[in-house]
Amino acid sequence: MLNFLSLLVIYIEIYAILALSLNLIAGYTGLLSLCHAAFFAIGAYTTAIGMTMGGWNFWFSLFVSGILASMLGLVVGLPTLRLKGDYLAIATLGFGEVVKNIIINWDSLTRGPNGINGVPTPEMFGLKFGYDTPFAYVLLYALFVAGTYFVIRWVVHSRFGRALEAIREDEIAVGAMGINAVKYKVVAFMMGAFFAGIAGSLWAVYNQSVAPQTFDFMLSVLVLCMVVLGGLGNSLGAILGALVIVILSELPRLTGLTSLIPAQFNQMFFGLLLILVMIFRPQGVLGRKRISYETEVARILERRSS
Amino acid sequence: MALFHLSWSEIGQHVVNGITLGSIYALIALGYTMVYGILKFINFAHGEILMMGAYAGYFFYMALNGEGVSSLSLFLFLLAMIGSMLVSATLGVIVEKLAYKPLRTAPRLAPLLSAIGVSIILSNLAAFLFGTKSKRLDYPFPNETILLGNVAITPHQILIVVSALVLMVALKLFVDYSKLGKAMRATSQNMNVAKLMGINTDFIISLTFAIGSALAAAAGMLVALEIKIYPTMGTLAGLKAFVAAVFGGIGNITGAMIGGVLLGVIETFGVAVLGIPQGLRDTVAFTILIFVLLFRPSGLLGKKEKEKV
Repeated sequence: MLNFLSLLVIYIEIYAILALSLNLIAGYTGLLSLCHAAFFAIGAYTTAIGMTMGGWNFWFSLFVSGILASMLGLVVGLPTLRLKGDYLAIATLGFGEVVKNIIINWDSLTRGPNGINGVPTPEMFGLKFGYDTPFAYVLLYALFVAGTYFVIRWVVHSRFGRALEAIREDEIAVGAMGINAVKYKVVAFMMGAFFAGIAGSLWAVYNQSVAPQTFDFMLSVLVLCMVVLGGLGNSLGAILGALVIVILSELPRLTGLTSLIPAQFNQMFFGLLLILVMIFRPQGVLGRKRISYETEVARILERRSS
Repeated sequence: MALFHLSWSEIGQHVVNGITLGSIYALIALGYTMVYGILKFINFAHGEILMMGAYAGYFFYMALNGEGVSSLSLFLFLLAMIGSMLVSATLGVIVEKLAYKPLRTAPRLAPLLSAIGVSIILSNLAAFLFGTKSKRLDYPFPNETILLGNVAITPHQILIVVSALVLMVALKLFVDYSKLGKAMRATSQNMNVAKLMGINTDFIISLTFAIGSALAAAAGMLVALEIKIYPTMGTLAGLKAFVAAVFGGIGNITGAMIGGVLLGVIETFGVAVLGIPQGLRDTVAFTILIFVLLFRPSGLLGKKEKEKV
């Protein structure tokens, strides 16, 4: 039970990093990206390949994973971030599928559908991480969540971050102010991808294996669910979303009802959750209600007349 | 002139295969383009409607025909197709009423996410109800190849292309010449003005979903003739059809047809001429998508949309 609880916490931590990084892209900058699983996958595979075949150590792999993921972010972002809304969503979705296809088909490097096993665990301060030291993972990953949180908080409160939020609100106005919106969007995209790559690296060394089916479209949707549920553009919301959704998805195992609740019900529940949140609380649990210009004008006019 | 290393008969063969594949894409793309034309949003669950239609068709055909091929098979296949179109049309309308209608005035992100939710629900529902093992639709007639010169054509390919063509022409005639079609075009131009002119726009939207879903179900059954039926079959088919819709110019019905056929042909040639491995053939479609969006975002036949401040 203790082991299972620590696994739960570790998954929450990894997903929290993913949700925080997607929130920078989707929440603060307003770019609906559906290829977050691809960045996660690049991170996980870079670490797995580097550590098993290249004999890299953990910290180096972690760093390279983040950098490669953000490079992929640049490759994806440069052409697609000129697109808007639905088109961007579809183009990123396409890229996600392409990355998954390449992983499955590049047998010599990624070992195809079988994935890579035997990824070494991190080693630091004379402590060898492993399944017998779950708390070491919990602590280490908590540091990463905190790091991600503070870096992103610092970014969004900077001049750069305010430009991102302005892009979300009105890209045409931002362009009129002489800001190159595409450049800002690409940089935000690369930052988000960097942290997703880090999360992938953490995933690989904790599970000690990677397999392509982990990184499908459903994962991108799941992370988006977390961000939307917590509230777009709210970092604490993203962490809360990760907490709620990981616990919900592990609920059958937590309560020992795996035989009673089929796996499909869980996913159907997420689908339903997505629809219901959109209909009844589109701003998410911790999100601010968006004030639209029209309602604000109506409110002022009403106050004048009374 | 032979294209790279291909002989003329090989080129003919790829064109035939490409057109078959493409006419299925075109049929699915119509659903996307019609919904986009009216509601300006991508119905992400369209591929899952197709999958549900394919299952419905499979069960109808099994109930009507059972195993084996009889002289009535083709007739029963078409009957099952009509049945599955009705089921899918109903499903499409229900989905619209429950998941999209409450979000009609919401920001554009909301219906898109809601549609993703619907697609997750439908594909998992199918996996739960029908199992994850794939099913194979029995052939309505023996699938022996017919040789036209050196080009081989199967009766299934003829069935696919002919039924797709009939449905597309029927839709084109309906939209261009019937009164309801006119109302549909008016709604897609300006919903509020259409409402003022006494058009029941809610009904028109439901009708659009019904027609689009019915066409998807027909396409689903045609897909089932070529490949198997399984719960996640809709996702990729839907995505590629969306690429076709964007290619032709989204919101434009003729464009969707042309885009679909072109995509099918290009994909087939990409695999054959450029030697792209089978596992990466979907990558061709997505690469096309990126290039189309980059250089001609409004597609082949689409109008350029001006940004309004």
